[in-house]
Amino acid sequence: MAQATLRHDETGDVPVLGPGHTYGTVTDKISSIVLTEPPRPGWIFGFAVSFVLLLMFLFAVLNLLVRGIGIWGVNVPIGWGFDIVNFVWWIGIGHAGTLISAILLLLRQDWRTSINRFAEAMTLFAVSCAGLYPLLHLGRPWLFYWLLPYPNTMALWPQWRSPLIFDVFAVSTYATVSLLFWYVGLIPDLATLRDRAKSRIGKVIYGFLAMGWRGSARHWHRYRTAYLLLAGLATPLVVSVHTIVALDFTVGIIPGWHTTIFPPYFVAGAIYSGFAMVLTLSIPLRSYYGLKDFITDKHLDNMAKVMLVTGLIVTYGYLMEAFMAWYGGNPYEEFMILKDRPTGPYAHTWWLLLLCNCTIVQLFWFRYFRTHPIWLWVISIVINIGMWLERYVIVVTSLHADFLPSSWGMYHGTIWDYMTYYGSIGLFLTLLFLFIRVLPVISITEMRELVHEVHERGHARGGPAVTPGTAHP
Amino acid sequence: MAQIFHRSANAIARASIYGFAFIVAGALLTGYLLARSPYRTAEEVIRDQPVAFSHEHHVSGLGIDCRYCHTTVEYAASAGMPPTYTCMSCHSQIWNQSPALAEVRQSLEQGRPIAWTRVHDTPDFVYFHHGIHVQKGVGCVECHGRVDKMPLAWKAESMTMEWCLDCHRNPAPRLRKQEDIFNLASPRLSESEGQQLVQAHNIPVDRLMNCSVCHR
Repeated sequence: MAQATLRHDETGDVPVLGPGHTYGTVTDKISSIVLTEPPRPGWIFGFAVSFVLLLMFLFAVLNLLVRGIGIWGVNVPIGWGFDIVNFVWWIGIGHAGTLISAILLLLRQDWRTSINRFAEAMTLFAVSCAGLYPLLHLGRPWLFYWLLPYPNTMALWPQWRSPLIFDVFAVSTYATVSLLFWYVGLIPDLATLRDRAKSRIGKVIYGFLAMGWRGSARHWHRYRTAYLLLAGLATPLVVSVHTIVALDFTVGIIPGWHTTIFPPYFVAGAIYSGFAMVLTLSIPLRSYYGLKDFITDKHLDNMAKVMLVTGLIVTYGYLMEAFMAWYGGNPYEEFMILKDRPTGPYAHTWWLLLLCNCTIVQLFWFRYFRTHPIWLWVISIVINIGMWLERYVIVVTSLHADFLPSSWGMYHGTIWDYMTYYGSIGLFLTLLFLFIRVLPVISITEMRELVHEVHERGHARGGPAVTPGTAHP
Repeated sequence: MAQIFHRSANAIARASIYGFAFIVAGALLTGYLLARSPYRTAEEVIRDQPVAFSHEHHVSGLGIDCRYCHTTVEYAASAGMPPTYTCMSCHSQIWNQSPALAEVRQSLEQGRPIAWTRVHDTPDFVYFHHGIHVQKGVGCVECHGRVDKMPLAWKAESMTMEWCLDCHRNPAPRLRKQEDIFNLASPRLSESEGQQLVQAHNIPVDRLMNCSVCHR
């Protein structure tokens, strides 16, 4: 893919940066959203809606704390419902950030530059939403620290053979590394904001967060090293976190869960949904804030290609699941995968899932759909819904009909399940709206670097050179 | 450009970063110690009682057996608190005018039990059975300490789950011979004698750590 990107750039096909940009214009454009512009009506409206949803979330959680998880639809035999579905959905969405930041950085993909900050923020907020679900699922969330190995008066120690305890560490490590990665990347930009802030309070807050960044050569050297090390650390996490989430299921001997294909196709699904969410959010963002020079059609095109690849891997996963159910000769597995899911009481979710995840993504074979933002946006939302349905099908159908018909049952989310789910979207969007207003949504530092690189490349080709202007931290 | 922060901010930043590690470590250590402290476990905290009943006087002074008052300790989950009649089996005759015992006499007159302050409160999610412990030879003193030296009662042990499991892992040293179970002054047996008692009582040591032994 590295080759393809270069070739596109060299032929001047669709650039990763709009023409005519200098260090100054890039800095002005990105920092103005935070520093000089008053909140736009669209932002205020969006924030208000998200905040109302957040309040609904808090209400639903408060009710849960007061009355217990009996308010949810979960009950024997279906002990995992919306809580786990949403957990997996959110944590999957959170995977795009690290993939874009770490793996694409190590692979030197320069198109990651303008979307990495935004995708990392999205990752953090998605992981925050994801992390809440297992805690709420505990029933007594205030005893969450029992999940950790610490010297307690009960002489209790976690069960290390259970992937559920791996999960605690996987998700918390992921959250920590993502936060550090995001924050380290922000430091030079925070210094820029500190230097450009007009108000005293702005200077103090950004100055405090910039940790004394002066842009000296030594600073840059250390920054580079730290950033690369963190990228190295974050890379295995892209595959490890969702692998462990997949193990949560596969270690159980429930039909439909106990398969070895789960970890790889969960990881692919996570990246699939993560990129879908990046597209869902970045298309309106770039249009509303006039950032089309930075998040160009080329970015959208590339993300669509990543989604096509991961979508095909996910489809392959479904096919293998079906094949193994038939080939393995286990009657319970065969019943679950080949009979209950396509024709059972939850068949509508299964067919919708195939439509959303496997069928609609095929449109990305056509350049037309990859380059028209409105199509991309609609398809990315469809895929987000599809990935949610995938988790619903996996969690609910497998539990609702296991080995003995005497232990079969049905599950439906209650009003509180739905309120918690939509409320967590409110939490996610509220954080995102705040992020847009208080931090640069695109990395100013890396965009300046990109200006320089594009300029150098222009020199090398002997084409019209872009004047980068003077460097300023 | 004017400096936003004073030079001293550098020192404060460094100190707070290094200091943070100590603050976190200190907070964790405080939590660790607090969880085991008498503040939380009420270990060795003397409880006020409606009647100043002295175990010391009744047990070591008068030589009354534990079972005279705690009648069901050998057979039932609860050791049993004595009804006022048990007190009156002696105090209808001696000290029957003592102002210290006014509450006891009142209890008898009104047919209302004395509201003792509970010293050992096992959580509701724990199924503790006195009978099985006594039958298998666990001496009273192992959990309740030298009650014969307590003017007012207190908890001799922390009674945390950790403490319970300490014995459930290795019950042998806590066992007493039949005649010494209620003898608070009896010393612990040797390792081999303890193991013999484990054998004799058929104590299933490998199963004593199962969750469902206590949490049912």
